[in-house]
Amino acid sequence: MQSATATPNDEVLTSADGTPLQVALARATRKAKWRAFWLVAPLLLFIIITFAIPIAQMLYRSVHNTAFSENMPAVGEYLRNNDITDVPGEAAFAALVSDLITARENKTIGSVATRMNYEFPGARSQFTGSARKAKRLEPPFKEALIAIDKDWNSKHLWNVMKRASNPIGGSFYLAAVDMRYDENGNAVRVDAKKRIYVPLFVRTLWLSALISTLCFILAFPVAHLLATLPLRYSNLLMIFVLLPFWTSLLVRTTAWIALLQGQGVLNDVLVGVNILDDENRVQLMYNQAGTIIAMTHILLPFMILPLYSVMKSIPPTYVRAARSLGASSWTAFWKVYFPQTIPGIGAGVLLVFILSIGFYITPALVGGSSGQLISNEIARHMLQSLNWSLAAALGGILLFIIIVLYWLFDKLIGVDNMKLG
Amino acid sequence: MSLDNPMVRFDNVQKSYDGKTLVVKNLDVDIAQGEFLTMLGPSGSGKTTSLMMLAGFEPATHGEIYLNGKPINNVPPNKRGIGMVFQNYALFPHMTVAENLAFPLKVRNVSPSEIDKKVQRILELVELPEFGQRRPAQLSGGQQQRVAVARALVFEPELVLMDEPLGALDKQLREQMQYEIKHIHENLGVTVVYVTHDQSEALTMSDRIAVFEDGVIQQLSSPNDLYEKPDNSFVAQFIGENNRLSGSITGIDGKVCHVTLDSGDQVTAEKVVDGDVGTRTTLSIRPERIELDPEPGTVPVNIPGKIEELIYLGDHIRVRMSVAGTSEFIVKVRNSSGRRDLEVGQSTTVGWDPEDCRALDEITT
Repeated sequence: MQSATATPNDEVLTSADGTPLQVALARATRKAKWRAFWLVAPLLLFIIITFAIPIAQMLYRSVHNTAFSENMPAVGEYLRNNDITDVPGEAAFAALVSDLITARENKTIGSVATRMNYEFPGARSQFTGSARKAKRLEPPFKEALIAIDKDWNSKHLWNVMKRASNPIGGSFYLAAVDMRYDENGNAVRVDAKKRIYVPLFVRTLWLSALISTLCFILAFPVAHLLATLPLRYSNLLMIFVLLPFWTSLLVRTTAWIALLQGQGVLNDVLVGVNILDDENRVQLMYNQAGTIIAMTHILLPFMILPLYSVMKSIPPTYVRAARSLGASSWTAFWKVYFPQTIPGIGAGVLLVFILSIGFYITPALVGGSSGQLISNEIARHMLQSLNWSLAAALGGILLFIIIVLYWLFDKLIGVDNMKLG
Repeated sequence: MSLDNPMVRFDNVQKSYDGKTLVVKNLDVDIAQGEFLTMLGPSGSGKTTSLMMLAGFEPATHGEIYLNGKPINNVPPNKRGIGMVFQNYALFPHMTVAENLAFPLKVRNVSPSEIDKKVQRILELVELPEFGQRRPAQLSGGQQQRVAVARALVFEPELVLMDEPLGALDKQLREQMQYEIKHIHENLGVTVVYVTHDQSEALTMSDRIAVFEDGVIQQLSSPNDLYEKPDNSFVAQFIGENNRLSGSITGIDGKVCHVTLDSGDQVTAEKVVDGDVGTRTTLSIRPERIELDPEPGTVPVNIPGKIEELIYLGDHIRVRMSVAGTSEFIVKVRNSSGRRDLEVGQSTTVGWDPEDCRALDEITT
């Protein structure tokens, strides 16, 4: 118990019946605390089930893959207990053959082969082909397997298998940053031509920054108008801001396609008034320009609303005061008005930036190949290549970037200062 | 009223916001160098609009405003060199007190060392020498108020405008600040135009008071005259407490007129309203100028009344009476040792000197 500084002789403050005051207070407030807890419990449960657990699961999946270790138990056992300094001997190959036979019988050889193929190109056909013939093989298995496919004599493959025998590993994160293990087990960058994800991350960050900047430039005057116009007009303007906000994302994106595509409204008009030749129509869709235009439009309200709410709270007397003190209208804006809008700018930029980093539908529809973002690649691995671990690793990196950005924002502006509306 | 060399001159200024109604009608005021002039009036009377036109935030619809003899209608607010204190102080929240005070000097390209000196000097003037590094939000209302005044003075303007600067303070602090602002005005000799709806504030601080109502100055005179000699019923009613009695003029004798009240009582009063015998009038008498149960013959006016209510207020007693048909007739009786016992229901008489009773325009309500 803390010593109560208010009383002399270091006595503990007590309530009328002699219980220490802090205990009595805790007892008195406990009931209210429990009631409050039960009120928020459904939401808490909902968030845990639909948000916290999936994220934890995703992060776990990005470092945990059992496709090899579970389906190839015998050779897995061997690999876990032995170092691979060279292609191993007959014992390992015997275990491998028995695993191949079981895996083929259990119809799990496909997932094993796919897992190996991530890190050792060509391993898919090598594994499935060898498994098909495994039942008929005679010892010595080493020579027999190598006869089927000479890649079985590759130390690199055995290193890959050794790593895969441990279900926990960072190889997917390595792949997600365009790196791989070489024959000797060192992490190296992949060939410049094969680098996909890092350039895509860079493009995603760069486009997000560009879109945030464009949104800010477009939103600032609009928000200012909204905050300063008489209520009659500002309500109307607000509806214009919110109407697209309430319209389906898909509708808005397809509307942009209809407007901007090669045979779209804009090009037809430009050709119609002879500004453009029919052959030289501007390509504003299915490329980066399409992604930028459509996303800027879609995310604009997320910038306008926080800016508006901050600007609304700045009384016009500040600018008037600055003017009366001798500041030109520019100085009054720049030194007095603008600094007070920074919480809104911070909130808006952070919101738009984080949303655009994870944007999927719009770039998928209008991005073409040059306008794809990292989320499109994550979706591809989720839905098409079924490499969920790599998708999870890419998502994990995205999450990490967002956390870093949030931390940076907190350092620069302070989350307490952020106003979301 | 026109002065020879006014600091500020409103010359037939009109202002309309919507093109249909005039918020300020034909404003003609001259403000002398070093004067403390208060614009007093209820909200919506045009006083703040007049101040905003002078500051340059609202353009005049018609007429011209002169500052030191030069027309300033087309001069932007930052070139007018007028200090201004706003209703809610308008201290820049993202700057410290010192930065706030340095702001008007910085935009005037004063050298940094000079700025430091001036900021410190002005902080000492408003008795906040240690507060330079604080943010406005860390100051109390009274301290913020002082900083706002300091900021309006630090660049040494000849004219300072104050728009209800004490409105947000509690009563005690407001009274203290009234004296402080008054002393600053006296010490620095700046001209102050002050807007308020608080009549006691106006009476305490001003050299002259312009009473606004409905876009028109009803009366422009010293606090003393405003209270003692209101020109019309609005001013009499707006400044201080007053008893109103309705009647018609039945005879005029120079500056004095004889009035028959609606109750039939005959009284004499100072004639202020224009018009001949038969004109309707509202008499205005201050509660403290009425004598309760005067010795017969000591005062010229003496009419019967009945005590309805007694309110004890320490230094004086408010007596509500029925007199000449109204039951809202208030008399203030000094709580002195020789005071007679008063009782509710007691019939007595009230009397006054005709000089204290002014026959003004009739209130038609």
